Amino acid sequence: MSAEHMIKQLSVFINNEPGRLAHVAAVLKECNVNIKAFNIAESSGFGVFRAIVDDPGKAFAELSKKGLVVKETDVIAVPMINRPGGLLDVAKAIGDANINIEYGYAYANGDKASFFIRVDDAAAAVSKLKAAGVKVLTESEI
Amino acid sequence: MECMPIDELRDLQYKSLKGLVSNLYGSNAFYRNRMISENVSPDDIRSLSDISKLPFMDKNDLRDNYPTDMFTSPRKDVVRYHVSSGTTGKPTLVGYTRNDIEFWTESLARALTSVGIGDGDVIQVSYGYGLFTGGLGLHYGAEKVGATVLPASTGSTERQLELMIDLDVTSIACTPSYLVHMGDVAKKMGIDLRKDTKLRKAVLGAEPWSDSMRGYIEKELGVQAYDIYGTSEISGPMFTECTEKNGIHVWGDTAIMEIIDPETCESLGPGEEGELVMTVLKKEAMPMIRYRIRDLTTVMDEKCKCGRTSPRIKRITGRSDDMLIIRGINVFPSQVEHTLMQIPELCGQYMIYVDRVGALDYMNVQVEMRPEAFSDKVDDMLKLKKRISSELKKYLNIAVEAELMSPGSLPRFDGKAKRVIDRRVL
Repeated sequence: MSAEHMIKQLSVFINNEPGRLAHVAAVLKECNVNIKAFNIAESSGFGVFRAIVDDPGKAFAELSKKGLVVKETDVIAVPMINRPGGLLDVAKAIGDANINIEYGYAYANGDKASFFIRVDDAAAAVSKLKAAGVKVLTESEI
Repeated sequence: MECMPIDELRDLQYKSLKGLVSNLYGSNAFYRNRMISENVSPDDIRSLSDISKLPFMDKNDLRDNYPTDMFTSPRKDVVRYHVSSGTTGKPTLVGYTRNDIEFWTESLARALTSVGIGDGDVIQVSYGYGLFTGGLGLHYGAEKVGATVLPASTGSTERQLELMIDLDVTSIACTPSYLVHMGDVAKKMGIDLRKDTKLRKAVLGAEPWSDSMRGYIEKELGVQAYDIYGTSEISGPMFTECTEKNGIHVWGDTAIMEIIDPETCESLGPGEEGELVMTVLKKEAMPMIRYRIRDLTTVMDEKCKCGRTSPRIKRITGRSDDMLIIRGINVFPSQVEHTLMQIPELCGQYMIYVDRVGALDYMNVQVEMRPEAFSDKVDDMLKLKKRISSELKKYLNIAVEAELMSPGSLPRFDGKAKRVIDRRVL
């Protein structure tokens, strides 16, 4: 069963104006939602803020209420060891499983790290990784 | 003709007007019905000032009667069409008889003569040739005065500059912004227009410009710059300044000008700024009576220092409607709106920004997208952005930069929406 391995990522569209990211962050603070990891993709004229938070349901509701464009996407999380070569082990395993990464980002904490990966079909990717013996994290493990 | 005493000119205008109105009343259903609904007949025209009794025409008439319902000549007598963009993607068609082409050519020939272009000159016509009236109009006018025409049209600036040098071009007709652009390209190519070319005169128009831009062009490029005026409804580019550079001469035997208050439609006197209304006295396939061009200007009817008595108009200061002229192309905000409405990912809120960078105009459209259209993948968003730009390009014929905005982030308007911000400094 791969549903427990689906990590809810929130993406927020950000206009290309100073102060827009602070506005998003303020909404998350007000509803007491903690950000575990995030990244910002910028393009010509706009940005996309993507985050893994501790309460995606509440964050989604509050951000939407403030008129922000939010989208929930399933991503998967793969554990890494926080040492040289940590990414190589995981990236190789993903490559060997023939999974194409749309985008990804990571955070490290102590000797552990997590790699959040956006793929086309998250459920299929989880199955492939598990079949290859690669550990995939659940929501409670991150 | 151009120096005819003013009283004689007015008498000639009255006779021409009377003849034109009687003729149309008798032969053209569109115009007869229009006059009947305004309760006016040719008998009511007893002096030149009685023109104010006649109904107005405007661009809507051309649009509503698209393509040829307004034509007063049989199709076999129409020798040419030109087309310009309309307000909702529907084009405006104009047609010409052989005489119409001749009247148009004659008007421009007089104009070119008044700026000193004629036999012995080589003129580069760098207006677009094709559906737009600029290229072919200037081409015919310049041939008529005996100049050698280089029909360069628009684009490939380096090549245009090489030809300008090789063929000893003495004058050019193009948009002011294109000439400035040519100057910039010349500089990059190591060409000094003053020393390396024989270019001395430029007839510039088809987009709004200013005396400060004239000053820049004359100082930087070493050419005398003259303003030209016209719209496709009155045939095309028809009138220019003379060498005095103090107003555009509108030949009195060709057209009658009025200035009205755009709100009340009341006539305004000489020296007062308002909306230009033109009656073209020499036009067969598509007569224009009291046509509201919507350009704002002032009429000067005193004799010019050059000796010509034909009344003049001052440089156009703006428009009484919301039409934008971008790189010589007419753009109505309603066209932008119409195009955006066809794109399901958008919610219909938009803002238009127009800027001038260097010599060229740029249009940037901010659009709010629907929440459902948002994707966490930047690639999807870029595809949407690109699709919006290409749809706008398809309908407007100009390159438009689209900027995606989140819903609710653009200004909302209680009263009249102000969705166009024109930041160009002319």
